[in-house]
Amino acid sequence: MRAILRALLFVSFAVLALAFATQTVGAQVDLSGTYSQTPSQDNTTDPFIGDYTGLPVNDAVRLRADSWTAAKWDQEQHECDPHPADYAPRAPGGLRIWPELDPLTYAVLAWHFEVFTNGTARTIYMDDRPQPSAYSAQTWNGFSTGKWEGDKLKVTTTNMKEGWLRRNGLARSNKATLTEYFIRHGDFLTIVSIVKDPVYLTEPLVRTERWFLNPGYTLAPFICTPRDVVDKPPSWVPHHLPGTNDFLKEFPSNFGIPVEATRGGAETMYPEYIQKLATLPAPPPPPAKSGANKP
Amino acid sequence: MTGTTAIFDRIVLIALALLSAAFDSAPARAQQDQPPDGSSIQLLHIQGRVHMLAGAGANITVQIGDNAVVLVDTGLARMSPQALAAIRSLSQKPIEFVINTSADADHTGGNHNLAQAGHFISGMGGERPGASVVSQIAVLDRMTASSDKDTAASPELWPTDTYDTDRWALFNDEAIVLEHPHAAHTDGDSIVFFRRSDVISAGDIFTPDRYPMIDTAKGGTINGEIDALNRLLDLMVPRADEEGGTYVIPGHGRVCDRAAVTNYRDMATIIRDRIEDLVKKGKSLDQVKASKPTLDYDGIYGANSGLWTTDMFIDAVYRSLSAASAKSSEKER
Repeated sequence: MRAILRALLFVSFAVLALAFATQTVGAQVDLSGTYSQTPSQDNTTDPFIGDYTGLPVNDAVRLRADSWTAAKWDQEQHECDPHPADYAPRAPGGLRIWPELDPLTYAVLAWHFEVFTNGTARTIYMDDRPQPSAYSAQTWNGFSTGKWEGDKLKVTTTNMKEGWLRRNGLARSNKATLTEYFIRHGDFLTIVSIVKDPVYLTEPLVRTERWFLNPGYTLAPFICTPRDVVDKPPSWVPHHLPGTNDFLKEFPSNFGIPVEATRGGAETMYPEYIQKLATLPAPPPPPAKSGANKP
Repeated sequence: MTGTTAIFDRIVLIALALLSAAFDSAPARAQQDQPPDGSSIQLLHIQGRVHMLAGAGANITVQIGDNAVVLVDTGLARMSPQALAAIRSLSQKPIEFVINTSADADHTGGNHNLAQAGHFISGMGGERPGASVVSQIAVLDRMTASSDKDTAASPELWPTDTYDTDRWALFNDEAIVLEHPHAAHTDGDSIVFFRRSDVISAGDIFTPDRYPMIDTAKGGTINGEIDALNRLLDLMVPRADEEGGTYVIPGHGRVCDRAAVTNYRDMATIIRDRIEDLVKKGKSLDQVKASKPTLDYDGIYGANSGLWTTDMFIDAVYRSLSAASAKSSEKER
């Protein structure tokens, strides 16, 4: 009997020690703080119409973007669309991260994450809760769960509303999933995001953003109330019919980029594409502006 | 038992208690809505007094009043036992009204089974057995059509009360307003607005898991469908940042707020405009299909098989617009 009890005691302490050890590893990085963004080539505020370069897009989303017009943001129903979870970190602005603690154990139940520009507060659940029903409403930020992998927080997000890969009409579907890694190195934070979209992407889209700790930075909440800003009926849906969007010609002409290259696709993401680029025909020059050459 | 043994046993007990506590202290898991009997049915609370039953055919809306239950649509007949069990897990009060948003079998199949679980209090002649089954009058016309075997239904499924105006209302601890959009999914559609709960049951006017189901054989048209979607948007108010606020229970698929209905309306309008442009240019249906007017939305709403395919949607839009175009040409003559 004593031998059984001793064995039981040993196993109990071993499991208990393992449980505490795991918890310690899991809580070793504190992400809390306010951060400012290190500008990068990708966090453009106003992407050019027709610039699909460097994105693994397919023909379906090319048509979607070719039909798009920026007048969409004047539609009363779209005026207040915030940036969804996968796009919010792209926009320039501050970031605030704070934990939600269990009042008794101080274990982190969730991380809250808010980006300044058009972002809404997001929750990353750390308690292994199940996925919401497939019939539940989708949200801009989706449903996020987190798991520590060493000192990296891996976040998986599903259930997002339709969003955008680039704010020039390249849509991201509501069937996409987002995987992120939050990596803190002292005062710096790197967020790696991987978007998989079976509708509009042929390969995962991997992007990174860098932030630096900026104590005292205060974020203003994003509050938007839609109101009619243009004299259009609520049923107005602005778009271009296929083959009629002349704005698509401007990006290749103004930057001297071959038209084929501006259409993007997985191959335009890789260095080898530079060789192909050299073989492609140059785009037509931009039309001369009236009076531009006059003194 | 010796003193040493007692201490040892106590240590073991404490260790086991600590072990148990360590695992118990894990944050509680969120409770997901579960079917009451483990069936494929899912029961979701939307907001206020309104719930949604999914998995019984078309979505069923369940509104719980203090003294009565109101249903919108009844799903398939064979799913009625599970649907009723789910409803009874919410309330034991009688089902007083069943509202049909269209004549489709997957919306009306459970009419008899579920209506029999209730009774109607008329206020004049007392109670009559079975709930009042309400629809726009065109639904009754379709279901009683002896000449049309496709739409005729067994008499026990027929609506017992109809309205032939554009609007009808009832009250079950909140105002419930029915509106009749003309020639949308069919010619007998109703949308049902639960005003205090701020939930709209839209029937097959809105199906976010597929292209709009325009049943031209039953009087549906693409322009009526878009008008109906715009009417839905008129009724909806988002809480903030295009999230929450008014929710819509669709005929099929997930619950949605205004942002999703907007995207759906945008899609329907853009595809309508593309096909209309081709119809005006005199293109045939095959030429329209070859131009792939739905390519950018097929991954979201399209299907190559099943009850409602992408081809069927393009057919319906084309026929609907061709008919409208022919009608306007006749007028011009």
